[in-house]
Amino acid sequence: MIIDANGLYYRELNRLIREAVAAGETRIHLFNVNGQRYIGDGLKGRITITIDGIPGHDLAAFMNGPTIVVNNNAQDGVGNTMNDGKVVVRGNAGDVLGYGMRGGKLFVQGDVGYRVGIHMKSYKSQVPVIIAGGAAADFFGEYMAGGIMVLLGLNGAEGNRPVVGDYLATGMHGGVIYIRGTVEEHQLGKEVGVKELEEEDYRVLRPLLEEYCQDLDLDIEEVFQGDFIKLLPVSHRPYGALYALNQRNF
Amino acid sequence: MALGDRWSNPFCNFIVDRDQDRCIQCQVCVNQCPYEANFYRALDDTVVSDHALCTGCHRCKALCPTSCITIRLNPSEFRPHAVWTERDIKNAYLQAETGSIILTGIGCDRDYPIYFDHILLDACQVTNPSIDPLREPMELRTYLGRKPEAVEFEFRDGKPRLKTQLYPQLTLEVPVMFSAMSYGAVNLNFCEGLSRVATEAGTYWNTGEGGLHPDLYQYGKHTIVQVASGRFGVNKDYLDVAAAIEIKIGQGAKPGIGGHLPGEKVTAEVSRTRMIPVGSDALSPAPQHDIYSIEDLRLLIYALKEATEYTKPVSVKIAAVHNSAAIASGIVRAGADIVAIDGLRGATGAAPAMIRDHVGIPIELALASVDQRLRDEGIRHQASIVAAGGFRNSADVVKAIALGADAVYIGTAAMVAVGCTLCQKCYTGKCPWGITTNEPSLAKRLNPDIAAERLYNLLRGWALEIKDFMGAMGINAIESLRGNRERLRGLHLTDRELNILGIKHAGE
Repeated sequence: MIIDANGLYYRELNRLIREAVAAGETRIHLFNVNGQRYIGDGLKGRITITIDGIPGHDLAAFMNGPTIVVNNNAQDGVGNTMNDGKVVVRGNAGDVLGYGMRGGKLFVQGDVGYRVGIHMKSYKSQVPVIIAGGAAADFFGEYMAGGIMVLLGLNGAEGNRPVVGDYLATGMHGGVIYIRGTVEEHQLGKEVGVKELEEEDYRVLRPLLEEYCQDLDLDIEEVFQGDFIKLLPVSHRPYGALYALNQRNF
Repeated sequence: MALGDRWSNPFCNFIVDRDQDRCIQCQVCVNQCPYEANFYRALDDTVVSDHALCTGCHRCKALCPTSCITIRLNPSEFRPHAVWTERDIKNAYLQAETGSIILTGIGCDRDYPIYFDHILLDACQVTNPSIDPLREPMELRTYLGRKPEAVEFEFRDGKPRLKTQLYPQLTLEVPVMFSAMSYGAVNLNFCEGLSRVATEAGTYWNTGEGGLHPDLYQYGKHTIVQVASGRFGVNKDYLDVAAAIEIKIGQGAKPGIGGHLPGEKVTAEVSRTRMIPVGSDALSPAPQHDIYSIEDLRLLIYALKEATEYTKPVSVKIAAVHNSAAIASGIVRAGADIVAIDGLRGATGAAPAMIRDHVGIPIELALASVDQRLRDEGIRHQASIVAAGGFRNSADVVKAIALGADAVYIGTAAMVAVGCTLCQKCYTGKCPWGITTNEPSLAKRLNPDIAAERLYNLLRGWALEIKDFMGAMGINAIESLRGNRERLRGLHLTDRELNILGIKHAGE
């Protein structure tokens, strides 16, 4: 099904999408999208939405299952508290991507903005994944509690500018971040440590990157050229010693 | 005091006074104290105490079969000093030892003015009749949510029909809801009690930010689910099952700061519901990082409305701070259907003591100014106001409604109803009354059936009293009391305070 989003307010566009899904459509193509917010918000089921144009904020927020492919850039808040499904952005994406993300995959071909993957979570087999192909700004993986984040530093980011900004993984207390490239000590949040990848890491990383490369028509071998580092939280309780429990009951 | 009692800290707050003549060494007190303040000494077959470990919770005293225990404040006093209170001295000692932030629980315990205690209610005498609520209909039903600008009717088949499309509403049979207390901070037994009573009594309970345990989804129609900065337990099903969604911006006990549910309370079940590692501190960031402005708030409000197809009200909860009135105006304009304001005396499971005691403003002043501001701007009908933070009894509720609230949230009062003695140690996860603990041996002290019964009784008692107040004022529907400040008078208040509260002084 094809929907022309030209001139449609987001509320109308999203209503049309929900109606199409309710009518059993499994493939929806939106074109002339121009900043409409909340596309795929709270949507469930095995549906694929392809977007031509630039979707607005909170694309795929609270989404639970569908796949969304954006053939352009995306704005802020993609995958906000997303539970399941996949978003593929064939361009750059903005700030606060995957906030509180609980599952599913968010693949961005280009750069991503500030505070990406804040407080991502995981539980047993429900593990969210964010992979960004370019560079990321400050506070990447802030408060991270679970899941996997990968930053590749492709698209000219390599060597020319930092792969990632400052305050990297500040407050991280769960999950893992892989970065293709290096980070300076001063870029790291206090709660995170740099480790070398082990065999197990490649077993996790390889299939994820294969999927990423397949979705974005990239060469997996090229992506794997270059060294990765791994970031892990130093502690599950980074702020455990901050508070006086006053066990003497003054 | 028993010979051999310990004083591991000579400056402790409490003394466990045990009448050894009546003590039968049954050790109930030993087993009941999770802080191990009481212990058995086999050498001389005596039960003794370490006073320093006593938090003043009164659990041992309550369960002692021979009533041999009295918990007393430590009578030993520092040299009197008008500037340096005992609390200041002890806090300085504690921080000198630990170098840490002093943590506490429950709400502000400092003696700031409680305006409710300086406001008196009106009653009818002669010129219009009071109403007997026992024999005449008395309406407490309250609808929370956005109201239309005007209501239009049309006649179809000779019958009037509502033409105006109404916005989704919450229906309360009593204008008292249970405030946000998260699963993890309080345990499942307590949450079960709250959710069952909310359902039975026709009101709502609030999940707080810890998600909704699967066992409680059945009470969804009477559940307000919270979306907070940590986004714990937020998913499509959680949003769908709820009656309303509340965006938590702030909390009266700790305005402007985030929350750390201590790792001690993050058990396997809490980990599952929150999706964080067992034993890790659950970190709630201070801001929601996708909300840096009113426009951003609108973004999240409508993300939630879109996700739930505009079927339920969205509330925004803020702490009462200096500019609450302007902020509330922004919240309403951003599209919130309910504005919840939590005052200075609002409680918490864990907050830095300095923040709890020194940040924010009392709910009475915030409520009055918010209600007035929304009226002045002609947008009061666009959102309901829910007041929270320090409601102790039905009189507080009636005064708040007359000051402009549609309904109130109670938290501490609900905990007190099931045994809380305000020892302020919720953050240890060892609540002796089984409320703010997830340790199975302690949590089972709170039987959900008994909790539900007691909570129901509390609400019933308050509802009866609210009707009494209304009847005395000659009001038979709570709608007529809302914002009816003419029925309030101030006592011992300055002109400025009266002005902010929008009430006259007693005698006027």
